[in-house]
Amino acid sequence: MTKEKSSAKFAGFSAEHWFTSPTSRAFGALIIVFALGLLFNADGAFYKWGTHRDMLRAVSVYGILSCGMTLVIISGGIDLSVASILALTAVSFSLFTIHKGISTPIAILACLVIGALCGMFSGAVIARFRIQPFIATLAMMVFARGMAKWVSGGQKISTAVQQSDGTYKYVNVPQVFNFINSKVLGDNITVVTLIFVVCLIISWILLVKLRYGRYLYAIGGNEEAARLSGVPVGWTKILAYGMSGLFCAVAGICQAAQELQGDPEAGMAYELSAIAMVVIGGTSLQGGRGGIWLTLIGVLTIGYLEKILSINAVGEDKRLMLTAAIIIAAVLVQKGKK
Amino acid sequence: MTGICKSFSGVKVLSDVQFDLKAGEVHVLAGENGAGKSTLIKILAGVHTDYQGQISLNSQPVRFASIHEATAAGISVIHQELSLVPSMTIAENIFLGREKCRGLWLNKKEMTAEAGKLLAEIGLDVDVTRNLGSYPLSIQQMVEICKAIAFDCRIIVMDEPTSALTDVEVEKLFTIVDKLRKSGCGIIYISHKMEEIYRIADRITVLRDGEYVGTATAEELDRGKMVKWMVGRELNQQFPRHKSAPGQVRLKVSSFILPDPAGKPMPAVNDVSFSVRCGEILGIAGLQGSGNSELLNGIFGTYGSQAHGDFELDGQPYKPTTPANAISRGISLLTNDRKANGLVLGMNIIHNITLAALKKFSPFGWLQPNSETKTAAEQKEALNLKAASLKMSVDSLSGGNQQKVVMAKWIETEPKVFLLDEPTRGVDVGAKHEIYELMNKWTSNGLAIILITSEMPELLAMSDRIIVMHRGSITAEFDSEQATQEKILHAAMGIQTN
Repeated sequence: MTKEKSSAKFAGFSAEHWFTSPTSRAFGALIIVFALGLLFNADGAFYKWGTHRDMLRAVSVYGILSCGMTLVIISGGIDLSVASILALTAVSFSLFTIHKGISTPIAILACLVIGALCGMFSGAVIARFRIQPFIATLAMMVFARGMAKWVSGGQKISTAVQQSDGTYKYVNVPQVFNFINSKVLGDNITVVTLIFVVCLIISWILLVKLRYGRYLYAIGGNEEAARLSGVPVGWTKILAYGMSGLFCAVAGICQAAQELQGDPEAGMAYELSAIAMVVIGGTSLQGGRGGIWLTLIGVLTIGYLEKILSINAVGEDKRLMLTAAIIIAAVLVQKGKK
Repeated sequence: MTGICKSFSGVKVLSDVQFDLKAGEVHVLAGENGAGKSTLIKILAGVHTDYQGQISLNSQPVRFASIHEATAAGISVIHQELSLVPSMTIAENIFLGREKCRGLWLNKKEMTAEAGKLLAEIGLDVDVTRNLGSYPLSIQQMVEICKAIAFDCRIIVMDEPTSALTDVEVEKLFTIVDKLRKSGCGIIYISHKMEEIYRIADRITVLRDGEYVGTATAEELDRGKMVKWMVGRELNQQFPRHKSAPGQVRLKVSSFILPDPAGKPMPAVNDVSFSVRCGEILGIAGLQGSGNSELLNGIFGTYGSQAHGDFELDGQPYKPTTPANAISRGISLLTNDRKANGLVLGMNIIHNITLAALKKFSPFGWLQPNSETKTAAEQKEALNLKAASLKMSVDSLSGGNQQKVVMAKWIETEPKVFLLDEPTRGVDVGAKHEIYELMNKWTSNGLAIILITSEMPELLAMSDRIIVMHRGSITAEFDSEQATQEKILHAAMGIQTN
């Protein structure tokens, strides 16, 4: 009984619910996409681990954003500011490490604090003034983008450092940039993917193992009932958006490392991809239902779809249209459970 | 309707049920929650279309494929839950789905005039051009009833129409029902309130566990027999209050003032003082708008620091600031609307039961699923909660079992004072009885209970002491021996008696 329970809480991996649980339904979409990959394998490219490794590397930044998005959506909210906070922290990180020469651990810490503060500010506005999450995070989206441009002076923060006499001096990127991009474990996995996995595990602990996670589900399910049950609704929300901001900062650092620069225009419309991944997994936008493993499935579904289309040389135009179809199809399958 | 069977995903909820309705009669459909009344109604109304059996209307066999077809055939249903749009005006609500138009344009003038006429007919004095949401629940319920009867219909189904109505409005409703009966309408009436059933029933049909038990006229079927039909056993005592020996004062409230939460000038609770002892059930009577529900919420801290007054809990000062604070001080509130703010419907039974006392189950913030499950299983046993699995989400439970989940949640917080706001609303007879027994058990362990209920017999039988509120103030106080229905009603309506 207990064993069964803990496994069911894990992500619905219990046999009795196998065919009806949200997890299995989300898996359905992933399996279909995967099967398509086996079929249209681009002369065996799909059978090579390298293809999968590259796919994982490509979705990792989106995946990290989706972790925070999952927490916020389960609490019944939405976070539109993730991509802007990503850009702000990417710019800040590049500025700190490349231009100012601040040591890497301090730069990372500073970026995490910036991200978390941005998120907590949105959360505080939502909790204190009862402003709709859509509006509050929309404002933060505009603000953080503006701040990214202000901090960077509208320029990409790259290894070309302008000197006082107007000439450019090229410097080397700090070690950490190369490290995040490097492949480890016998070249089988990229470090950025491992960072994504750590974010998944942190989210899982928050959602399933901690009292805090139960509060998130309760607030998303019925905020008033949660409040009347003594749940600290305000703080729980502030922390949820704060965690989302923190994950944005992690994603921003990874983004900077991947591009070898801090671009204030980075991550345009990433928030929509992150929301799409969460929703395809089966986490309800109404809040109260869902889980982090569902989000992982959503991330993989989109990741594989993109990869399969690109190795088959399908143009971006058709890729976008097909992704739209997958979003609708996946949500329809989710609805079928009722 | 004969031989009606209906299954939901393999579970039979109705088997071989029969029902007949004559023109010009009020036929009460009775049974515990989960007996299949609502399902039967939904089949009649064209909501459920995949059923077995036969329905005939005026000796013509019919089979409704949609709600529209049923409506067109003259069947009108007033649902338990309001099916109105609060952000639209009353007139717009009444004509929702059958708007009067001139070409493409809405004919607002005519709709407004007609809506006003309809409401005046049933004695409801409201402004039909105002938003429905700005009126209290009872008015909204009356509008819903008005909407249903506004159009020619031969059969009207009323599914617990009085659950949100005050006594005065219930009287109005009964007048309407009488008028409809005389005009030849057939009325199917579902209610859990005995008083009402015997007030208006011509005949009564009882269902139990999805099966037909019997039909009889109201004269033939006395209360004892009907309850026996409904629960399948005799309830020897409807209200089993054990006389208690109240101990010392548990909660003392003096000069409690709460401004109206909606911002009206008159305070919702105006200078109220009372106390409740250990092991005592204090009943608070009052009609809608008397402020008794706001009083309980104020003590619990729902309105935060808006509430003023002096409070003493076991001799210690207490200040209601937030629900979390109240819970930690040993005060629990069972609200009068478990779906809106009592339960997290999508969560499972275990998580609902442990929600208010979650700190107990999560040392250093880490949840202990095993101890949660164990506690939930103990509560299930103690409260006789009927559920196939503790991992079921609570929205699939019947009303009575949902209420038990809410009670289990509060008992887990180990309260000293339990504020009960309509604990038996929408709960069937059998579960009601169990809730009364639980209240007895808790008070014998020293818990103090403050009880609000709109069912007068329940209030009279279960309370050790009764105070009556009218427009935010206390107008009378009775011992349980002195109190009578008349005295309470007088005080509740603000009529001075000496």
